[in-house]
Amino acid sequence: MKFTKMLLATTALTATAGVASAQDMADEMTLVSWGGAYQNSQQKAYVEPYLENHPEVSVTWDESSNEAVAKLRAMNEAGNITWDLVDVVASDAIRLCDEGLAMEYDPEDLLAEGDDGSSAEDDFGDMIVSDCFIPQIAYSTTFGYRTDMVPDGADAPDDICDVFDLETYPGKRALEKRPINNMEWALLCDGVAKDEIYDVLATPEGQQQALDKLDTIKDDVIWWSAGADTPQLLADGEVFMGSTYNGRLFSVIEEQDQPVAMMWDAQVFDLDGWIIPTGLPEDRLARVKDFVKFATDTQRLADQAKYISYGPARKSSAPLVGEHAELGIDMKPHMPTNPENATNTFVYNYEFWADYRDDIDAKFQSWLAQ
Amino acid sequence: MAEVILTDTGKKPISFWLPVVAAAGAFAGIFVGTANGSTLAGVLGGAILVGLLGFLAIEMLGRPMEKTVRWAIVALFVVGGFLLGGIPGAVVGGLFGWFYGWFIYWIGYNRYRAKLVPYLTPGQVLWHYAFRVICGAIFVFLITPILVVMPLSFNAENFFTFTPEMLSFDPAGYSLRHYRDFFYSSDWQQALWNSVSIAPVATLLAVSFGTLAAIGLSSEHVPFRRAIMAVLISPMIVPLIISAAGMYFFYSRIGLQGTYVGVVLAHAALGIPFVIITVTATLVGFDRSLTRASANLGAGPVRTFFKVQMPLILPGVISGGLFAFITSFDEVVVVLFVGSAGQKTLPWQMFIGLREQISPTILAVATILVAISICLLTTVELLRRRSERLRGMSPG
Repeated sequence: MKFTKMLLATTALTATAGVASAQDMADEMTLVSWGGAYQNSQQKAYVEPYLENHPEVSVTWDESSNEAVAKLRAMNEAGNITWDLVDVVASDAIRLCDEGLAMEYDPEDLLAEGDDGSSAEDDFGDMIVSDCFIPQIAYSTTFGYRTDMVPDGADAPDDICDVFDLETYPGKRALEKRPINNMEWALLCDGVAKDEIYDVLATPEGQQQALDKLDTIKDDVIWWSAGADTPQLLADGEVFMGSTYNGRLFSVIEEQDQPVAMMWDAQVFDLDGWIIPTGLPEDRLARVKDFVKFATDTQRLADQAKYISYGPARKSSAPLVGEHAELGIDMKPHMPTNPENATNTFVYNYEFWADYRDDIDAKFQSWLAQ
Repeated sequence: MAEVILTDTGKKPISFWLPVVAAAGAFAGIFVGTANGSTLAGVLGGAILVGLLGFLAIEMLGRPMEKTVRWAIVALFVVGGFLLGGIPGAVVGGLFGWFYGWFIYWIGYNRYRAKLVPYLTPGQVLWHYAFRVICGAIFVFLITPILVVMPLSFNAENFFTFTPEMLSFDPAGYSLRHYRDFFYSSDWQQALWNSVSIAPVATLLAVSFGTLAAIGLSSEHVPFRRAIMAVLISPMIVPLIISAAGMYFFYSRIGLQGTYVGVVLAHAALGIPFVIITVTATLVGFDRSLTRASANLGAGPVRTFFKVQMPLILPGVISGGLFAFITSFDEVVVVLFVGSAGQKTLPWQMFIGLREQISPTILAVATILVAISICLLTTVELLRRRSERLRGMSPG
């Protein structure tokens, strides 16, 4: 008797709540992202405006994008999906999609049209690298160097091969502790033509060639694993130059005012975006869809560039990129996609690394341990 | 303690003290020399400088001038340090000067034997001091990482770096911005609130269950006491990551994963072993005939427990509770699995901050947590002393 009463009461409550939020949408959302300045840009550019329009919604952030693949697997196994929307890099999105952990979507249905009237599919273009991937930004992995540690008489480094030139530019370098990007850069500086790099890297000899090139600077490399490492090492003066995400370097240079400058040569573009986990209950899925439509529209993606120097994934957003929200500086010259910065670029080769990653990873790790 | 002089102090032969003092000088010279470019020059310079000072102090000026000489050495090192390294150099130099002034007289006048019994061999004396130096080195090794964090948390920059301004004690190099960041950021405040609302409840549960279990397990008629004890202690022995993964899948199935109750229960399970161990240890000294006497006078078991047993084992209960509290307050692995973003505790937030963004706010929080931990451990120690005093085990 008592139980039935309670059940009735709960149903009534749920029903009223449902009516209140128009079309049966959940009022709570857990968003997963990377923390730090990046998450802050998402909070400011889309979450806060969304909450202003929907005061009944509450958003919780979970800074777990780093281990999103593993955690989603565990959640799926336990049958308990606690995340609503997950921010991942494109390669993770492809993996999650292949494993059926991320939901496939129809761009025309889920995403808003561009401000210029172009369809969502055209507006994002080939940024949609997977059927599950909802692109937000393009970022690049590139180098920064200490301006006060450039040797006397030498020009400031402006060529990727300066990383491998210990004679002109002595000092430590920070490189990411994984083969991706490092192998490409090594081959490029070992005389391999840019359009042949992946053909060479597919062969064991080519992999050895890249490792041999890296061997020439191995003693002067500090290996990093978190995006925050290189900024810290540069600020400490522990390294002369180091690779990291361009937004991190922007923050070191412009926000923290450190004597550091960018070296854009041979920057590697990569994409970051949302995925929706599979198996969300109806009401939560409805809320997420509503949010995603808003958060990836032309204006919101352009707004994000006010807070961090990553390029919006929509073509129609590019002309709207303006000034930094706090510093008031023009953000266009700091975008990796800015023509002056993008004279020599790579695009992360998803297919190649999907096929060769395990193999080359193993070689790279054993080379590191030597 | 009164100064007792057991062995006469007199001047030692120069052939003994000069090499010792010079070697000590050479040791410090290694660091000064390396920092300034040449290790060898540092070693030689240090040995000659301190040797000369020693000669001057002991052979020429002697004991009557001791005070003046020692102040002069301090002044000399301060000036030298200032020339080499500015204000921080002067401070370090002053400390070195004080040490060498003291060391020269200590060695030169046989003072190192003053408090030791006369019949010790030189080897035994050497070991006496070597032992203390080793102990000191271990202590420094344990405590330095914690001490380094504290000044860094007042960094005005947003990096884990001792800036030149900090090293020259320029007030502009220091700020409270990271403390401000902690107190004004909603992320950190939410995390603090989560920690503060999870830890006490988990502690309360751990203390209640742990104390009951300890009392039960200490009475002789309980069968399989050792086996039960082992099971209850197991969360302390099993690697945390295993417990965490197990709890994750179990709690997911019963709908506790990602809830406040789930995290509290998980933390209580981790805290129970500490309570059991401390309470069991206290119960060893508890006289069972007191409960029988109480029962004989007509008190029921519950009344006996609260009026007779509880007050006597309270110190054990409280120190177990403190350990349980600290476990919950410092725990990051289990909460990462069992909690969801809504139960982000302080250690979780620190873990994120350290991985995604190396911000000194973490150091500010660490400093605050260290201060809290010191307070809690001081409380434990005071309680322990009180219980010893009450039980007549120590006179103080």
